[in-house]
Parts: sequence; structure tokens; C-alpha cells
Amino acid sequence: MTILSAKNLTKNFGKKVALSDVNVEIPRGRIIGLLGPNGSGKSTFIKLATGLLVPTGGEITIDGLAPGIETKAKVSYLSERTYLNGWMRVEDIIAFFEDFYQDFNRIKAENMLLDLNINPGDRLKTMSKGTKEKVQLILVMSRQAELYLLDEPIGGVDPAARDYILNTIINNYKENASVVISTHLIADIEQVLDDIIFISKGEITLTSTVDEIREKYNKSVDGLFREVFKC
Amino acid sequence: MKWYIDSDRPIYKQLVEQIELRIVSGIYSPGDKLASVRDLASDAGVNPNTMQKALAELERENLVFAQRTSGRYITEDKKVIEEVKKALALTEIDRFFDRMKQLGFGKEEILTLIEKAEEGEDGNDNTQR
Repeated sequence: MTILSAKNLTKNFGKKVALSDVNVEIPRGRIIGLLGPNGSGKSTFIKLATGLLVPTGGEITIDGLAPGIETKAKVSYLSERTYLNGWMRVEDIIAFFEDFYQDFNRIKAENMLLDLNINPGDRLKTMSKGTKEKVQLILVMSRQAELYLLDEPIGGVDPAARDYILNTIINNYKENASVVISTHLIADIEQVLDDIIFISKGEITLTSTVDEIREKYNKSVDGLFREVFKC
Repeated sequence: MKWYIDSDRPIYKQLVEQIELRIVSGIYSPGDKLASVRDLASDAGVNPNTMQKALAELERENLVFAQRTSGRYITEDKKVIEEVKKALALTEIDRFFDRMKQLGFGKEEILTLIEKAEEGEDGNDNTQR
């Protein structure tokens, strides 16, 4: 069963090719790392899946449907930049998400805030970069979605919170849901991934399971990445 | 016992080894019920499918058995556990011999050194005199 499928997916920005003829199938029940250096097309791919961008060529479908209102109900997206207003309090945003998404679980969100010592009465603009990231990840993972698209979810948070967040990801997706995580912090997330997709200059260069890479190359995914993308 | 995953070997194999060690050393006793795949995965900080694969491997080795509705249990067959214990010991010995050979010791020398080390600190004192 496929949750996300891309066929000959291409995206150009003017003359610049951001994604070129990408073909990929993402099955249900997997955690996938979308890995590539800066500017390789990771965010473009995710934005095409959310419908924020429209393909120049080819197609991308979620559960068989082109991105649109129906797919947005199934996809929980963590953007690389925040779209929430700084004056909002965490409790306001929770109410906002509750209104917006039928699958939002308020109790889950409140428990995670408590675990991470975040006060629901605080305004976003008073928070550190890392705390803001945590708030957004909590919101996104509190939905019972079928596909989570997490664009750089752990960049700004400390290692202890990173462990908590990774555990949150493991524990919060349903068995038939999938999670796509884009990042270049591979060593930190490698253990929780099923599969990896290497992307370079807008093209997919490798798809594999994590343990296949370890078996075949006697290297971690992080080690292989450093070798393949050596500057 | 903490889970420890090192960098370059398949993760499921490392999980198999560590669960074997827990069984052999008695942290998990024969007949004990194992936690759910998800709880074990969460505890080890690994992907649930990887933990599932490790448990399937342990089932194949007859160290763990699944009961259709109630979950997975550690084998009650002490012979199986004893065999795994021996296999783990042999692996350790192989590894040790490899390292000693790298250091340039022959078999006889290694055995003499082991005996001396076994005698304890007294042995060391004697050699210094």
C-alpha cells in the first residue's frame, strides 16, 4: 500500500531545476529519511506533496489523490519556517489546530507540552528558537494523520529534547501511517528510520533500508552520506 | 541494562545480540513475557519495524516464542539458552584471539598470559621482583 507516489516529478524555478524526473513510492507504516545536502531539493519535494508548490511536470499523489483539500486532512506537515504569529499563545494555537483539523488530539498535545516544560500561556515570540520548534512539532505530531511530512524537525533543539522528539515520532504514528523526515542531521535520526532516500541536485541517487546500507557498505547511513556528498 | 547501538553494523543484528545477552545473563528469565514491540522499540530508541525484525530472528532461534493473542515470551527451554550462551562465549573468544594476534602474540604466549592474569595481582608482583 502506497501513501505517497511521485511519477516523473519535475519542478523548475525559472531556469533553475529544483527537482528533475523524480520517481518514488512511499509505502504505509514506514519512517523515511529524505537526506541530501543543502539545496538538493528536499523542501521542494515536501512542498509539492503538501500542495504549496505545483509541479512543472509529472505528478505527485497522496493516497491516490492530487494534493488538495482531501489530502490536507490526511497529511500533517511541519514546515521549515513557522507560519504561526508571534503574538499567539500556545493555548491559542492549540485551539486553532483543534478547529482546523478533525484528527487533532488536544490531550496528546497538552501532555507533550507538560513533558517538555512548556507553559501553554506563553506567547511564541517570547520563546527561544528551540522551544518554538518543539511547540510546532508537538502540534504536528498531535494529529492522527496518515502521512507526516517533517521538514528539518530537529535542527534547533538540544540533544536531550531530540531524544524525546524522536521517541514522540516513534510513539505517535499509527501503524499504517508513514513519516517522512527531511534532515542533514543523519546520525541523530538514523536509528529510527526504516528507509532512506538520498537526494542530490534535484535527483534521487539512492533508496534503501538503513540495515541494507549497514550490511552492504559496513557503514552507517551517516558515514555513507559523508562519503557520497564529500565536498 | 541500557541499549547500545553502534554506528556501522545492521541495527536489527545488534538488537538480537543485546536481547540474547539479556536472556543469557538472566535479566530476562525463562518464561518471562516480553514488552510489546512498540514499547521495546521506544525503550531502545529504534524503529518498531527494526525491533520486529530482531524479534522474528530470535523466534527463529527458538529463544523467543509468540503466543497468538498474548504476546511474546522467553523460551523455557534451558538447553536453548545454554547453547546461545556458548555461542556468545565463542564469539568473544574469537574476537579476543584476533586482537591478540594483531598485537603479535602466538597461541602459546596467549594461553600463558591468560593463566598469569588469572592468578591475579600476586602474579604481577612476582614478575616484577
